[in-house]
Amino acid sequence: MDLFLDILWIVVKIVAIVLPLMLCVAYYTLAERKVISYMQVRIGPNRVGPRGSLQPIADAMKLMCKEIILPRSANKTLFLLAPMLSIGPALAAWAVFPFDEGVVLADINAGLLYLLALTSIGVYGVIIAGWASNSKYAFLSAVRLGAQVVAYEIAMGFSLVVVLIASGSLNLGEIVMAQQGSWGFFNWFWLPLFPIFIIYFVSGVAETNRAPFDVAEGESEIVAGFHVEYSGMTFAVFFLAEYANMILISALTAIMFLGGWLSPFHGVPILGAIFDWIPGFIWLLLKTLVVAFLFLWFRATFPRYRYDQIMRLGWKIFIPITIVWIVVAGFAVVV
Amino acid sequence: MLENYLPVLVFMILAAVIGMVMVGLGFVLGTRKPDDEKESPYECGFEAFEDARIKFDVRYYLVAILFIIFDLEIAFFFPWAVVLDEIGMVGYLVMMVFLAVLTIGFIYEWKKGALEWE
Repeated sequence: MDLFLDILWIVVKIVAIVLPLMLCVAYYTLAERKVISYMQVRIGPNRVGPRGSLQPIADAMKLMCKEIILPRSANKTLFLLAPMLSIGPALAAWAVFPFDEGVVLADINAGLLYLLALTSIGVYGVIIAGWASNSKYAFLSAVRLGAQVVAYEIAMGFSLVVVLIASGSLNLGEIVMAQQGSWGFFNWFWLPLFPIFIIYFVSGVAETNRAPFDVAEGESEIVAGFHVEYSGMTFAVFFLAEYANMILISALTAIMFLGGWLSPFHGVPILGAIFDWIPGFIWLLLKTLVVAFLFLWFRATFPRYRYDQIMRLGWKIFIPITIVWIVVAGFAVVV
Repeated sequence: MLENYLPVLVFMILAAVIGMVMVGLGFVLGTRKPDDEKESPYECGFEAFEDARIKFDVRYYLVAILFIIFDLEIAFFFPWAVVLDEIGMVGYLVMMVFLAVLTIGFIYEWKKGALEWE
């Protein structure tokens, strides 16, 4: 009975995480359309609700009522399993995410390892989708994306190792606390680990298959890539997973390099006192939004990379730099 | 100790359930009018020539193999990075030898052209 109540309480907490997250994802899609349209001197969606604010709801309703087409030559079970496999890890990764000091669902000391594992599972969804669709475009996209994600995962993993060396803990909460100091903003890891910060974020963009690394979608050559055969709700689930992953990467960048819930003015004589009353999760939210905005800005600004350029960037630039930084950061810790 | 992991397990199960419910909802609410043309694999309007499971470039395999090597390396680095403070200089140097061996392999594959894409 006790266990039952425990689990019920956990489920309540999970719902309290997932529902706001889903709302964020929905409005992130609207934000993307709005931000890009303003950058291109257009207005963007403005018909549904005041200034288009109900657009994501209308999109969701529409997608729910659309037919799910099962292609004749597809492997039906895998075809339906794939979207579930991509949304599952994108949601479950939030289990170890600290929203404020001590506000975390599962305070485990292998948090970073868990995240690395779950973000790796996400790629299976895409590869299975591409293979099970039994369509040439989907297949090409799955192969491309597999190689790309795998290459950037190494750079990402090495960046995480550097963060680990600097913080000495796998627990995300302790990683944030390791960034606390009397210089506020300049104590956070983005400054001492600056190249790693850049590499982590750019790898995150490549991992989530976003512009300028979106060769797997490449609408001008392979139409929509791995989800070309998906329609209705199955497509919506892939879409949600992609945006949930973008928010996850943004939030993790904020946690690991931008001081998480810490105030940027912490310890600064006058400003510190002025801004100390703001609760931590507001800071975390602001930082996450800034990084999430970068994703949209990239898409509006950069042309798509060629595939060989993507692979060169991942293997020949990011991986050597991260290896050198492991050597340097390790040396700095032991000396 | 281990009970800290219970929420993780519950979350994973729930995440899978959410995925299933969303896809299921699409089947319940959506229309279903199967049609021969509609269910054929998409290929810019004409009939598909052949099966989609075509041969593809061997370099994708190569990348997958290299990934396994490097990912294992990362798995070895994680525990080392956590206890680096305690094991000190000796621990650091031992790991550097390990890293050097892998870096030699990395340089070899680079020179061999395994990382070239035209």
